[in-house]
Amino acid sequence: MTNPHRLPYLLVAPSVAFLALLFLWPLAETVLMAFITPDGRTTGEYIAKMVGDLNFGVALRNTLILVAVIVPLQVCIALGLAMMLQKVERGRMTHLYVWTIPLGISDLAAGIVWLAILTDRGYLNSVLQLFGAIDGPTTWLSIRTPVALFVCVILAEIWRATAIVLVILVAGVQLIPKEYNEAAEVFGASAWQRFVKVTLPLLKPSLQSALILRTVLAFEVFAVVYALAGRDLPVLVGEAYNWQAQYQNTHVASAYALFILLVSIGSTLIYLRALRVRKETLA
Amino acid sequence: MKNNGKFVGVMATVVSVCWLIPVLIIIVSAFSPREVVSAWPKALIPTDFSLDTMKFFFNVTGVWKATLNSLAVAAMTMVFALVLGAPAGYALARFDFAGQNLYRVMIIMTRAFPLAILALPLVTRFISLGLYDTLLGVALVHTALALPFAILVSSSLFMGIPRELEEAGWTLGCSRFTAFMKIVMPLALPGLAAAMIFSFVISWNEVFAASVLTLNNRTLTAFLFASLEESPLHFRFAGGFFLVVPSLIFIFVVRKYLFAMWGIANR
Repeated sequence: MTNPHRLPYLLVAPSVAFLALLFLWPLAETVLMAFITPDGRTTGEYIAKMVGDLNFGVALRNTLILVAVIVPLQVCIALGLAMMLQKVERGRMTHLYVWTIPLGISDLAAGIVWLAILTDRGYLNSVLQLFGAIDGPTTWLSIRTPVALFVCVILAEIWRATAIVLVILVAGVQLIPKEYNEAAEVFGASAWQRFVKVTLPLLKPSLQSALILRTVLAFEVFAVVYALAGRDLPVLVGEAYNWQAQYQNTHVASAYALFILLVSIGSTLIYLRALRVRKETLA
Repeated sequence: MKNNGKFVGVMATVVSVCWLIPVLIIIVSAFSPREVVSAWPKALIPTDFSLDTMKFFFNVTGVWKATLNSLAVAAMTMVFALVLGAPAGYALARFDFAGQNLYRVMIIMTRAFPLAILALPLVTRFISLGLYDTLLGVALVHTALALPFAILVSSSLFMGIPRELEEAGWTLGCSRFTAFMKIVMPLALPGLAAAMIFSFVISWNEVFAASVLTLNNRTLTAFLFASLEESPLHFRFAGGFFLVVPSLIFIFVVRKYLFAMWGIANR
Protein backbone atom coordinates (compact mmCIF):
# COMPACT_ATOMS: atom_id res chain seq x y z
CA MET A 1 0.00 0.00 0.00
CA THR A 2 1.38 3.36 -1.01
CA ASN A 3 1.50 6.07 1.61
CA PRO A 4 -1.68 8.09 0.89
CA HIS A 5 0.14 11.36 1.50
CA ARG A 6 2.57 10.61 -1.28
CA LEU A 7 0.04 9.41 -3.81
CA PRO A 8 -1.11 12.79 -5.21
CA TYR A 9 2.51 13.83 -5.69
CA LEU A 10 3.30 10.60 -7.51
CA LEU A 11 0.31 11.15 -9.81
CA VAL A 12 1.28 14.73 -10.53
CA ALA A 13 5.06 14.30 -10.81
CA PRO A 14 5.37 13.10 -14.44
CA SER A 15 3.36 16.03 -15.77
CA VAL A 16 5.32 18.49 -13.61
CA ALA A 17 8.63 17.21 -14.95
CA PHE A 18 7.35 17.36 -18.51
CA LEU A 19 5.98 20.89 -18.19
CA ALA A 20 9.13 22.14 -16.48
CA LEU A 21 11.17 21.00 -19.46
CA LEU A 22 8.83 21.99 -22.26
CA PHE A 23 7.03 24.97 -20.78
CA LEU A 24 8.78 26.72 -17.90
CA TRP A 25 12.20 26.69 -19.48
CA PRO A 26 11.18 28.11 -22.88
CA LEU A 27 8.84 30.51 -21.07
CA ALA A 28 11.68 31.94 -18.98
CA GLU A 29 13.74 32.25 -22.15
CA THR A 30 10.92 34.18 -23.82
CA VAL A 31 10.50 36.62 -20.95
CA LEU A 32 14.24 37.28 -21.01
CA MET A 33 13.98 37.84 -24.77
CA ALA A 34 11.40 40.57 -24.30
CA PHE A 35 13.56 42.56 -21.86
CA ILE A 36 17.22 41.77 -22.51
CA THR A 37 19.28 42.75 -25.53
CA PRO A 38 21.69 40.28 -27.19
CA ASP A 39 24.62 41.96 -25.39
CA GLY A 40 22.98 41.50 -21.96
CA ARG A 41 21.48 44.92 -21.24
CA THR A 42 18.03 45.19 -19.63
CA THR A 43 15.79 47.32 -21.80
CA GLY A 44 12.24 48.44 -22.32
CA GLU A 45 12.83 49.25 -25.96
CA TYR A 46 11.15 46.09 -27.30
CA ILE A 47 8.01 46.80 -25.32
CA ALA A 48 8.10 50.40 -26.52
CA LYS A 49 8.55 49.21 -30.09
CA MET A 50 5.55 46.91 -29.79
CA VAL A 51 3.25 49.54 -28.26
CA GLY A 52 4.49 52.18 -30.68
CA ASP A 53 3.81 49.99 -33.71
CA LEU A 54 0.92 51.21 -35.87
CA ASN A 55 -0.69 47.77 -35.94
CA PHE A 56 -0.59 47.19 -32.18
CA GLY A 57 -3.69 49.18 -31.27
CA VAL A 58 -5.62 47.82 -34.25
CA ALA A 59 -4.63 44.22 -33.51
CA LEU A 60 -5.54 44.61 -29.84
CA ARG A 61 -8.93 46.11 -30.68
CA ASN A 62 -9.71 43.46 -33.29
CA THR A 63 -8.73 40.60 -30.96
CA LEU A 64 -10.80 41.98 -28.08
CA ILE A 65 -13.86 42.44 -30.31
CA LEU A 66 -13.56 38.87 -31.61
CA VAL A 67 -13.16 37.36 -28.12
CA ALA A 68 -15.99 39.41 -26.63
CA VAL A 69 -18.42 38.39 -29.38
CA ILE A 70 -17.36 34.81 -30.09
CA VAL A 71 -16.96 33.28 -26.62
CA PRO A 72 -20.37 34.20 -25.10
CA LEU A 73 -22.10 33.23 -28.34
CA GLN A 74 -20.36 29.87 -28.36
CA VAL A 75 -21.20 29.05 -24.74
CA CYS A 76 -24.88 29.92 -25.30
CA ILE A 77 -25.04 27.89 -28.52
CA ALA A 78 -23.25 24.91 -26.95
CA LEU A 79 -25.56 24.98 -23.90
CA GLY A 80 -28.59 25.09 -26.17
CA LEU A 81 -27.28 22.24 -28.29
CA ALA A 82 -26.41 20.12 -25.24
CA MET A 83 -29.94 20.60 -23.86
CA MET A 84 -31.46 19.83 -27.28
CA LEU A 85 -29.42 16.66 -27.49
CA GLN A 86 -30.97 15.44 -24.25
CA LYS A 87 -34.48 15.89 -25.58
CA VAL A 88 -33.93 14.51 -29.07
CA GLU A 89 -35.63 11.14 -29.39
CA ARG A 90 -34.12 9.82 -32.60
CA GLY A 91 -30.79 10.28 -34.33
CA ARG A 92 -29.08 11.63 -31.22
CA MET A 93 -25.73 10.13 -32.15
CA THR A 94 -25.97 11.39 -35.72
CA HIS A 95 -26.56 14.93 -34.51
CA LEU A 96 -23.72 14.71 -32.02
CA TYR A 97 -21.47 13.40 -34.77
CA VAL A 98 -22.38 16.21 -37.15
CA TRP A 99 -22.02 18.90 -34.51
CA THR A 100 -18.62 17.65 -33.44
CA ILE A 101 -17.20 17.34 -36.97
CA PRO A 102 -15.57 20.81 -36.75
CA LEU A 103 -13.74 19.57 -33.65
CA GLY A 104 -11.42 17.61 -35.90
CA ILE A 105 -11.00 20.35 -38.45
CA SER A 106 -7.83 22.40 -38.35
CA ASP A 107 -8.28 26.15 -38.01
CA LEU A 108 -6.38 26.56 -41.25
CA ALA A 109 -8.78 24.18 -43.02
CA ALA A 110 -11.81 25.88 -41.47
CA GLY A 111 -10.58 29.20 -42.81
CA ILE A 112 -10.23 27.66 -46.28
CA VAL A 113 -13.70 26.07 -46.03
CA TRP A 114 -15.29 29.42 -45.28
CA LEU A 115 -13.19 31.08 -47.95
CA ALA A 116 -14.96 28.81 -50.47
CA ILE A 117 -18.28 30.17 -49.20
CA LEU A 118 -17.43 33.83 -48.65
CA THR A 119 -14.98 34.67 -51.43
CA ASP A 120 -15.98 37.08 -54.23
CA ARG A 121 -17.15 34.32 -56.55
CA GLY A 122 -18.16 32.03 -53.69
CA TYR A 123 -21.40 30.29 -52.80
CA LEU A 124 -22.82 33.00 -50.55
CA ASN A 125 -22.63 35.55 -53.34
CA SER A 126 -24.12 33.05 -55.81
CA VAL A 127 -27.12 32.63 -53.53
CA LEU A 128 -27.44 36.39 -52.98
CA GLN A 129 -27.28 36.93 -56.75
CA LEU A 130 -30.02 34.37 -57.24
CA PHE A 131 -32.30 36.37 -54.95
CA GLY A 132 -31.27 39.61 -56.61
CA ALA A 133 -29.64 40.97 -53.46
CA ILE A 134 -26.37 41.79 -55.21
CA ASP A 135 -25.19 42.61 -58.71
CA GLY A 136 -22.17 40.55 -59.64
CA PRO A 137 -19.31 39.35 -57.42
CA THR A 138 -19.09 41.38 -54.22
CA THR A 139 -16.13 41.53 -51.86
CA TRP A 140 -16.89 40.91 -48.18
CA LEU A 141 -13.44 39.83 -47.05
CA SER A 142 -11.77 43.22 -47.18
CA ILE A 143 -11.05 46.00 -44.72
CA ARG A 144 -13.23 48.27 -46.87
CA THR A 145 -16.23 46.36 -45.51
CA PRO A 146 -15.09 45.96 -41.87
CA VAL A 147 -18.45 44.89 -40.44
CA ALA A 148 -18.89 42.17 -43.06
CA LEU A 149 -15.30 41.05 -42.54
CA PHE A 150 -15.86 40.68 -38.78
CA VAL A 151 -19.14 38.85 -39.31
CA CYS A 152 -17.40 36.42 -41.70
CA VAL A 153 -14.61 35.65 -39.23
CA ILE A 154 -17.11 35.26 -36.38
CA LEU A 155 -19.25 32.88 -38.46
CA ALA A 156 -16.24 30.74 -39.31
CA GLU A 157 -15.06 30.69 -35.69
CA ILE A 158 -18.48 29.75 -34.35
CA TRP A 159 -18.78 26.92 -36.82
CA ARG A 160 -15.25 25.73 -36.11
CA ALA A 161 -14.83 25.99 -32.37
CA THR A 162 -18.23 25.67 -30.70
CA ALA A 163 -17.81 21.88 -30.72
CA ILE A 164 -15.03 22.04 -28.10
CA VAL A 165 -17.41 23.73 -25.66
CA LEU A 166 -20.20 21.34 -26.65
CA VAL A 167 -18.23 18.16 -25.91
CA ILE A 168 -17.18 19.39 -22.47
CA LEU A 169 -20.76 20.38 -21.62
CA VAL A 170 -22.25 17.14 -22.97
CA ALA A 171 -19.73 15.13 -20.94
CA GLY A 172 -20.74 17.22 -17.92
CA VAL A 173 -24.47 16.82 -18.51
CA GLN A 174 -23.95 13.04 -18.69
CA LEU A 175 -22.69 13.01 -15.14
CA ILE A 176 -25.75 14.76 -13.69
CA PRO A 177 -27.96 12.01 -12.23
CA LYS A 178 -31.33 11.94 -13.97
CA GLU A 179 -33.02 11.64 -10.57
CA TYR A 180 -32.24 15.27 -9.69
CA ASN A 181 -34.21 16.53 -12.66
CA GLU A 182 -37.01 14.04 -12.09
CA ALA A 183 -37.27 15.06 -8.44
CA ALA A 184 -37.49 18.73 -9.44
CA GLU A 185 -40.19 17.83 -11.95
CA VAL A 186 -42.19 15.97 -9.29
CA PHE A 187 -42.10 19.12 -7.17
CA GLY A 188 -43.52 21.07 -10.06
CA ALA A 189 -40.48 22.89 -11.43
CA SER A 190 -40.89 24.07 -15.01
CA ALA A 191 -38.37 23.09 -17.68
CA TRP A 192 -36.73 26.52 -17.42
CA GLN A 193 -36.58 26.35 -13.60
CA ARG A 194 -35.01 22.89 -13.79
CA PHE A 195 -32.44 24.22 -16.23
CA VAL A 196 -31.53 27.24 -14.11
CA LYS A 197 -31.75 25.68 -10.64
CA VAL A 198 -30.60 22.09 -11.23
CA THR A 199 -28.67 21.67 -14.46
CA LEU A 200 -26.69 24.93 -14.57
CA PRO A 201 -25.30 24.78 -11.00
CA LEU A 202 -24.30 21.13 -11.47
CA LEU A 203 -22.65 22.04 -14.78
CA LYS A 204 -20.47 24.68 -13.15
CA PRO A 205 -17.19 22.69 -13.21
CA SER A 206 -17.70 21.89 -16.88
CA LEU A 207 -18.70 25.47 -17.69
CA GLN A 208 -15.59 26.72 -15.96
CA SER A 209 -13.32 24.40 -17.95
CA ALA A 210 -15.09 25.26 -21.18
CA LEU A 211 -14.90 29.02 -20.63
CA ILE A 212 -11.21 28.99 -19.72
CA LEU A 213 -10.31 26.81 -22.69
CA ARG A 214 -12.31 28.75 -25.20
CA THR A 215 -11.32 32.24 -24.06
CA VAL A 216 -7.63 31.50 -24.05
CA LEU A 217 -7.92 29.87 -27.47
CA ALA A 218 -9.94 32.82 -28.75
CA PHE A 219 -7.09 35.17 -27.82
CA GLU A 220 -4.89 33.03 -30.06
CA VAL A 221 -7.18 33.33 -33.08
CA PHE A 222 -4.93 33.52 -36.10
CA ALA A 223 -5.08 30.91 -38.89
CA VAL A 224 -8.80 31.39 -39.62
CA VAL A 225 -8.31 35.14 -39.83
CA TYR A 226 -5.23 34.70 -41.99
CA ALA A 227 -6.97 32.33 -44.42
CA LEU A 228 -10.04 34.59 -44.72
CA ALA A 229 -8.71 38.11 -44.46
CA GLY A 230 -5.00 37.82 -45.16
CA ARG A 231 -3.34 40.90 -43.70
CA ASP A 232 -6.51 42.99 -43.72
CA LEU A 233 -7.47 42.07 -40.18
CA PRO A 234 -4.44 42.23 -37.86
CA VAL A 235 -4.78 40.23 -34.63
CA LEU A 236 -2.31 39.95 -31.75
CA VAL A 237 -0.89 36.51 -32.51
CA GLY A 238 -0.68 37.40 -36.18
CA GLU A 239 1.47 40.40 -35.27
CA ALA A 240 3.73 38.23 -33.09
CA TYR A 241 4.08 35.86 -36.04
CA ASN A 242 4.92 38.70 -38.42
CA TRP A 243 7.57 40.12 -36.11
CA GLN A 244 9.15 36.68 -35.93
CA ALA A 245 8.79 35.35 -39.46
CA GLN A 246 8.90 38.56 -41.48
CA TYR A 247 10.91 41.13 -39.56
CA GLN A 248 12.99 38.42 -37.83
CA ASN A 249 12.76 40.25 -34.51
CA THR A 250 12.26 37.60 -31.82
CA HIS A 251 12.46 40.27 -29.11
CA VAL A 252 9.41 42.23 -30.21
CA ALA A 253 7.62 38.93 -30.99
CA SER A 254 8.35 37.88 -27.41
CA ALA A 255 6.98 41.17 -26.13
CA TYR A 256 3.74 40.40 -27.99
CA ALA A 257 3.71 36.88 -26.58
CA LEU A 258 4.16 38.25 -23.08
CA PHE A 259 1.31 40.69 -23.61
CA ILE A 260 -1.04 37.96 -24.89
CA LEU A 261 -0.04 35.80 -21.94
CA LEU A 262 -0.95 38.52 -19.43
CA VAL A 263 -4.32 39.16 -21.07
CA SER A 264 -5.11 35.42 -21.13
CA ILE A 265 -4.12 34.90 -17.50
CA GLY A 266 -6.21 37.90 -16.50
CA SER A 267 -9.32 36.42 -18.08
CA THR A 268 -8.62 32.98 -16.61
CA LEU A 269 -8.36 34.41 -13.09
CA ILE A 270 -11.67 36.21 -13.57
CA TYR A 271 -13.37 32.92 -14.50
CA LEU A 272 -11.81 31.03 -11.59
CA ARG A 273 -13.13 33.68 -9.20
CA ALA A 274 -16.53 34.15 -10.79
CA LEU A 275 -17.30 30.43 -11.10
CA ARG A 276 -15.62 29.14 -7.97
CA VAL A 277 -16.35 25.45 -7.43
CA ARG A 278 -16.71 24.54 -3.77
CA LYS A 279 -15.62 21.00 -3.01
CA GLU A 280 -18.38 20.35 -0.45
CA THR A 281 -21.07 20.99 -3.05
CA LEU A 282 -19.60 18.31 -5.27
CA ALA A 283 -20.59 15.36 -3.11
CA MET B 1 -44.44 16.53 -24.09
CA LYS B 2 -44.40 14.35 -27.20
CA ASN B 3 -44.81 17.32 -29.55
CA ASN B 4 -42.04 19.04 -27.68
CA GLY B 5 -39.71 16.16 -28.49
CA LYS B 6 -40.67 16.30 -32.17
CA PHE B 7 -40.02 20.05 -32.28
CA VAL B 8 -36.58 19.60 -30.75
CA GLY B 9 -35.90 16.87 -33.31
CA VAL B 10 -36.71 19.25 -36.17
CA MET B 11 -34.55 21.99 -34.65
CA ALA B 12 -31.65 19.57 -34.24
CA THR B 13 -31.98 18.51 -37.87
CA VAL B 14 -31.93 22.14 -39.02
CA VAL B 15 -28.75 22.76 -37.02
CA SER B 16 -27.17 19.59 -38.41
CA VAL B 17 -27.92 20.61 -41.99
CA CYS B 18 -26.45 24.08 -41.43
CA TRP B 19 -23.38 22.48 -39.83
CA LEU B 20 -22.88 20.18 -42.83
CA ILE B 21 -23.25 22.78 -45.59
CA PRO B 22 -19.68 24.12 -45.25
CA VAL B 23 -18.32 20.56 -45.40
CA LEU B 24 -20.37 19.82 -48.52
CA ILE B 25 -19.17 23.02 -50.14
CA ILE B 26 -15.49 22.21 -49.60
CA ILE B 27 -16.08 18.71 -50.99
CA VAL B 28 -17.79 20.13 -54.08
CA SER B 29 -15.05 22.74 -54.49
CA ALA B 30 -12.32 20.12 -54.28
CA PHE B 31 -14.01 17.92 -56.89
CA SER B 32 -14.86 20.65 -59.37
CA PRO B 33 -12.65 21.44 -62.32
CA ARG B 34 -10.64 24.62 -62.14
CA GLU B 35 -13.03 26.62 -64.34
CA VAL B 36 -15.92 25.93 -61.95
CA VAL B 37 -13.90 27.14 -58.95
CA SER B 38 -13.64 30.58 -60.55
CA ALA B 39 -17.02 30.51 -62.32
CA TRP B 40 -19.69 33.16 -61.69
CA PRO B 41 -22.41 32.75 -60.66
CA LYS B 42 -21.97 29.24 -59.38
CA ALA B 43 -24.53 26.54 -60.02
CA LEU B 44 -26.02 25.76 -56.61
CA ILE B 45 -26.52 22.17 -57.66
CA PRO B 46 -23.14 21.09 -59.00
CA THR B 47 -23.15 18.93 -62.12
CA ASP B 48 -19.60 19.20 -63.35
CA PHE B 49 -17.38 16.92 -61.28
CA SER B 50 -13.75 16.20 -61.95
CA LEU B 51 -10.72 14.76 -60.21
CA ASP B 52 -8.35 17.24 -61.83
CA THR B 53 -8.12 19.56 -58.83
CA MET B 54 -7.36 16.71 -56.42
CA LYS B 55 -4.88 15.16 -58.89
CA PHE B 56 -3.12 18.48 -59.17
CA PHE B 57 -2.94 18.64 -55.39
CA PHE B 58 -1.57 15.11 -54.90
CA ASN B 59 1.01 15.61 -57.62
CA VAL B 60 2.58 18.41 -55.64
CA THR B 61 5.70 16.90 -54.12
CA GLY B 62 5.58 16.32 -50.38
CA VAL B 63 1.82 16.21 -49.82
CA TRP B 64 1.68 12.50 -49.00
CA LYS B 65 4.70 12.51 -46.77
CA ALA B 66 3.39 15.54 -44.89
CA THR B 67 0.09 13.74 -44.30
CA LEU B 68 1.74 10.68 -42.78
CA ASN B 69 3.90 12.94 -40.63
CA SER B 70 0.84 14.76 -39.33
CA LEU B 71 -0.88 11.50 -38.40
CA ALA B 72 2.17 10.13 -36.60
CA VAL B 73 2.72 13.31 -34.60
CA ALA B 74 -0.96 13.54 -33.61
CA ALA B 75 -1.06 9.90 -32.47
CA MET B 76 2.04 10.34 -30.30
CA THR B 77 0.62 13.54 -28.80
CA MET B 78 -2.66 11.82 -27.95
CA VAL B 79 -0.96 8.99 -26.05
CA PHE B 80 1.55 11.23 -24.23
CA ALA B 81 -1.17 13.66 -23.12
CA LEU B 82 -3.43 10.94 -21.73
CA VAL B 83 -0.71 9.03 -19.91
CA LEU B 84 0.65 12.20 -18.29
CA GLY B 85 -2.64 14.05 -17.88
CA ALA B 86 -5.25 11.65 -16.51
CA PRO B 87 -3.37 10.74 -13.28
CA ALA B 88 -2.74 14.42 -12.60
CA GLY B 89 -6.40 15.24 -13.21
CA TYR B 90 -7.39 12.55 -10.73
CA ALA B 91 -5.00 13.90 -8.11
CA LEU B 92 -6.41 17.42 -8.52
CA ALA B 93 -9.97 16.21 -8.16
CA ARG B 94 -9.57 13.86 -5.19
CA PHE B 95 -6.77 15.14 -2.96
CA ASP B 96 -5.98 18.29 -1.05
CA PHE B 97 -2.24 18.57 -1.16
CA ALA B 98 0.26 21.33 -0.53
CA GLY B 99 1.15 23.06 -3.78
CA GLN B 100 -2.13 22.17 -5.41
CA ASN B 101 -2.98 25.75 -6.28
CA LEU B 102 0.48 26.44 -7.58
CA TYR B 103 0.16 23.38 -9.80
CA ARG B 104 -3.23 24.53 -11.07
CA VAL B 105 -1.88 27.97 -11.92
CA MET B 106 1.03 26.40 -13.75
CA ILE B 107 -1.31 24.28 -15.87
CA ILE B 108 -3.49 27.22 -16.79
CA MET B 109 -0.46 29.34 -17.57
CA THR B 110 0.81 26.67 -19.94
CA ARG B 111 -2.42 26.77 -21.83
CA ALA B 112 -2.47 30.55 -21.72
CA PHE B 113 0.80 30.89 -23.52
CA PRO B 114 0.94 31.24 -27.31
CA LEU B 115 2.73 28.20 -28.63
CA ALA B 116 4.49 30.12 -31.38
CA ILE B 117 7.00 31.62 -28.98
CA LEU B 118 7.21 28.44 -26.92
CA ALA B 119 8.70 26.65 -29.92
CA LEU B 120 11.31 29.28 -30.77
CA PRO B 121 13.76 28.91 -27.87
CA LEU B 122 13.41 25.13 -28.27
CA VAL B 123 14.96 25.11 -31.74
CA THR B 124 18.54 25.52 -30.49
CA ARG B 125 18.04 22.93 -27.73
CA PHE B 126 16.42 20.47 -30.12
CA ILE B 127 19.25 20.75 -32.62
CA SER B 128 21.80 19.85 -29.92
CA LEU B 129 19.61 16.93 -28.72
CA GLY B 130 19.02 15.59 -32.22
CA LEU B 131 15.30 16.25 -31.91
CA TYR B 132 15.19 18.99 -34.50
CA ASP B 133 13.30 18.05 -37.67
CA THR B 134 12.02 14.83 -36.05
CA LEU B 135 8.40 13.85 -35.54
CA LEU B 136 9.09 13.06 -31.87
CA GLY B 137 10.32 16.62 -31.33
CA VAL B 138 7.13 18.10 -32.77
CA ALA B 139 5.02 15.63 -30.77
CA LEU B 140 6.75 16.69 -27.53
CA VAL B 141 5.89 20.35 -28.12
CA HIS B 142 2.34 19.42 -29.12
CA THR B 143 2.05 17.39 -25.91
CA ALA B 144 3.03 20.46 -23.89
CA LEU B 145 0.09 22.20 -25.55
CA ALA B 146 -2.38 19.34 -25.20
CA LEU B 147 -1.46 18.28 -21.66
CA PRO B 148 -3.21 21.15 -19.82
CA PHE B 149 -6.40 20.31 -21.75
CA ALA B 150 -6.11 16.68 -20.73
CA ILE B 151 -5.51 17.62 -17.08
CA LEU B 152 -8.27 20.25 -16.82
CA VAL B 153 -10.87 18.13 -18.59
CA SER B 154 -10.09 14.93 -16.69
CA SER B 155 -9.98 16.82 -13.38
CA SER B 156 -13.45 18.33 -13.86
CA LEU B 157 -14.57 14.89 -14.96
CA PHE B 158 -13.30 13.08 -11.85
CA MET B 159 -14.73 15.88 -9.69
CA GLY B 160 -18.15 15.10 -11.11
CA ILE B 161 -17.93 11.42 -10.11
CA PRO B 162 -19.21 11.04 -6.54
CA ARG B 163 -16.45 10.18 -4.09
CA GLU B 164 -18.86 7.89 -2.22
CA LEU B 165 -18.97 5.40 -5.09
CA GLU B 166 -15.24 4.89 -4.79
CA GLU B 167 -15.37 4.79 -0.98
CA ALA B 168 -18.09 2.14 -1.16
CA GLY B 169 -15.70 0.09 -3.29
CA TRP B 170 -12.97 0.39 -0.63
CA THR B 171 -15.29 -0.77 2.15
CA LEU B 172 -16.24 -3.75 0.01
CA GLY B 173 -12.60 -4.77 -0.18
CA CYS B 174 -11.33 -3.09 -3.33
CA SER B 175 -7.85 -1.63 -3.22
CA ARG B 176 -7.52 1.99 -4.26
CA PHE B 177 -6.35 0.84 -7.69
CA THR B 178 -9.09 -1.75 -8.28
CA ALA B 179 -11.75 0.68 -7.10
CA PHE B 180 -10.40 3.22 -9.56
CA MET B 181 -10.33 0.77 -12.47
CA LYS B 182 -13.71 -0.85 -11.76
CA ILE B 183 -15.77 2.11 -10.54
CA VAL B 184 -14.23 5.40 -11.61
CA MET B 185 -12.81 4.39 -14.99
CA PRO B 186 -16.08 3.24 -16.61
CA LEU B 187 -17.72 6.53 -15.58
CA ALA B 188 -14.75 8.58 -16.69
CA LEU B 189 -14.05 6.89 -20.03
CA PRO B 190 -16.32 9.08 -22.16
CA GLY B 191 -14.74 12.23 -20.81
CA LEU B 192 -11.26 10.80 -21.20
CA ALA B 193 -12.16 10.05 -24.80
CA ALA B 194 -13.13 13.68 -25.17
CA ALA B 195 -9.77 14.68 -23.69
CA MET B 196 -8.03 12.48 -26.24
CA ILE B 197 -9.97 14.09 -29.06
CA PHE B 198 -8.68 17.48 -27.94
CA SER B 199 -5.09 16.24 -27.87
CA PHE B 200 -5.32 14.78 -31.34
CA VAL B 201 -6.97 17.90 -32.72
CA ILE B 202 -4.51 20.30 -31.12
CA SER B 203 -1.65 18.46 -32.76
CA TRP B 204 -3.37 18.05 -36.11
CA ASN B 205 -4.29 21.75 -36.24
CA GLU B 206 -0.97 23.08 -35.11
CA VAL B 207 0.96 25.09 -37.68
CA PHE B 208 3.63 27.27 -36.14
CA ALA B 209 5.65 24.95 -33.91
CA ALA B 210 5.63 22.34 -36.65
CA SER B 211 6.93 24.91 -39.15
CA VAL B 212 9.62 26.14 -36.81
CA LEU B 213 10.80 22.74 -35.62
CA THR B 214 10.91 20.94 -38.96
CA LEU B 215 12.57 21.45 -42.28
CA ASN B 216 12.18 18.29 -44.33
CA ASN B 217 9.66 16.48 -42.12
CA ARG B 218 6.87 19.03 -42.50
CA THR B 219 3.42 18.23 -41.15
CA LEU B 220 0.52 18.79 -43.53
CA THR B 221 -0.68 22.02 -41.90
CA ALA B 222 2.84 23.47 -41.90
CA PHE B 223 3.24 22.44 -45.53
CA LEU B 224 -0.04 24.05 -46.60
CA PHE B 225 0.41 27.16 -44.50
CA ALA B 226 3.82 27.80 -46.01
CA SER B 227 2.38 27.65 -49.51
CA LEU B 228 -0.92 29.43 -48.78
CA GLU B 229 -0.09 32.86 -50.10
CA GLU B 230 1.27 31.87 -53.48
CA SER B 231 -1.15 29.01 -54.14
CA PRO B 232 -4.21 29.37 -56.43
CA LEU B 233 -7.74 29.04 -55.02
CA HIS B 234 -8.34 25.52 -56.32
CA PHE B 235 -5.15 24.24 -54.67
CA ARG B 236 -6.25 25.78 -51.37
CA PHE B 237 -9.68 24.19 -51.62
CA ALA B 238 -8.17 20.78 -52.40
CA GLY B 239 -5.81 21.19 -49.45
CA GLY B 240 -8.62 22.30 -47.17
CA PHE B 241 -10.68 19.29 -48.19
CA PHE B 242 -7.78 16.93 -47.63
CA LEU B 243 -7.18 18.38 -44.15
CA VAL B 244 -10.84 17.78 -43.37
CA VAL B 245 -10.99 14.11 -44.45
CA PRO B 246 -9.02 12.45 -41.61
CA SER B 247 -10.97 14.46 -39.07
CA LEU B 248 -14.28 13.24 -40.50
CA ILE B 249 -13.06 9.65 -40.13
CA PHE B 250 -11.56 10.27 -36.71
CA ILE B 251 -14.69 11.82 -35.23
CA PHE B 252 -16.72 9.03 -36.82
CA VAL B 253 -14.65 6.36 -35.05
CA VAL B 254 -14.88 8.18 -31.73
CA ARG B 255 -18.62 8.58 -32.26
CA LYS B 256 -19.09 4.84 -31.72
CA TYR B 257 -16.98 5.05 -28.61
CA LEU B 258 -18.94 8.03 -27.35
CA PHE B 259 -22.07 5.96 -27.84
CA ALA B 260 -21.08 3.86 -24.83
CA MET B 261 -21.30 6.99 -22.75
CA TRP B 262 -24.97 7.48 -23.60
CA GLY B 263 -25.57 3.90 -22.44
CA ILE B 264 -24.02 4.61 -19.06
CA ALA B 265 -25.89 7.88 -18.63
CA ASN B 266 -29.25 6.25 -19.32
CA ARG B 267 -28.45 3.15 -17.27
